[in-house]
Amino acid sequence: MTAFYGVELANRLMLGTAQYPSPAILAEAVRAAGVEVVTVSLRREAAERRDGQAFWALIRELGVRVLPNTAGCHTVKEAVTTAQMAREVFETPWVKLEVIGEHDSLQPDLFGLVEAAAILTEDGFQVFPYTTEDLVVAGRLLDAGCEVLMPWGAPIGSGLGLNNLYGLRSLRAHFPDVPLVVDAGLGLPSHAAAAMELGYDAVLLNTAVAKAGDPVAMAAAFAQAVAAGRAAHDADPMEPRDMAAPSTPVLGKAFLG
Amino acid sequence: MQIVLNGKPCEVAQARLDGVLQELGYHEAKVATAVNGDFVARPARAATALKEGDQVEVIAPMQGG
Repeated sequence: MTAFYGVELANRLMLGTAQYPSPAILAEAVRAAGVEVVTVSLRREAAERRDGQAFWALIRELGVRVLPNTAGCHTVKEAVTTAQMAREVFETPWVKLEVIGEHDSLQPDLFGLVEAAAILTEDGFQVFPYTTEDLVVAGRLLDAGCEVLMPWGAPIGSGLGLNNLYGLRSLRAHFPDVPLVVDAGLGLPSHAAAAMELGYDAVLLNTAVAKAGDPVAMAAAFAQAVAAGRAAHDADPMEPRDMAAPSTPVLGKAFLG
Repeated sequence: MQIVLNGKPCEVAQARLDGVLQELGYHEAKVATAVNGDFVARPARAATALKEGDQVEVIAPMQGG
């Protein structure tokens, strides 16, 4: 079974916690999908409002493992400091490392990502880098000490699905033993199933569930798709072919003119 | 002295970070801190002296993707 820094997950769907209509619906979606890992973040806290404290109480109550992110960080320094703060607050060495390099696509700054990953790994973090399907960068991230990679499916929040099937297939083939998680850009359960059929070890998504008309039902649908995709991968799918091949045996067919 | 707390000017009487957090009402809240862009771990707050104009960030858990 795949282990993410030593942690085995029975459910290979990881869910973001942002943008739900209400905290109650978030909690219900997490339960409906049976997810074991959720992503969380950090923001400025006003002493008189204490919004963060209420959110943290909700997550604790759900009993799930948290993967803190460094969302919104555009520099190595920002990402590293945010990760340090997250480790103290959430009491976990796990960090979903995002170093954003471009505003429109929220594409990761791969140079900064590799640099920050090395600093954080050296400091004892277990880094889940949000990256692209680039093979060279993947190698550099592994050299920096990452034991999991999280390539994007498509730009964050776009719902476009798997934009570069060739790239994702080739990443999987190049690093057969590295736990790979498709993170970001998924819009439909079929996208998640396709990622799992490619041999990815898990998927992480947020907007596709949170912004669905019925987030709870969509969370459950994604969980089913992830499980089905994984089972299909394990069952060793047939090779596609260009020409038809009759599935009904021809031998013994009656001669009827 | 005036510091900048989470991006806004803020007048505080205490001189050290742990005292300022108490003074501002964070008490035992689950927060992490940074001063002038550098992380200050919880055990280091008592020994962290603040000066006029320091940028103090106090952050807490929130929803994320």
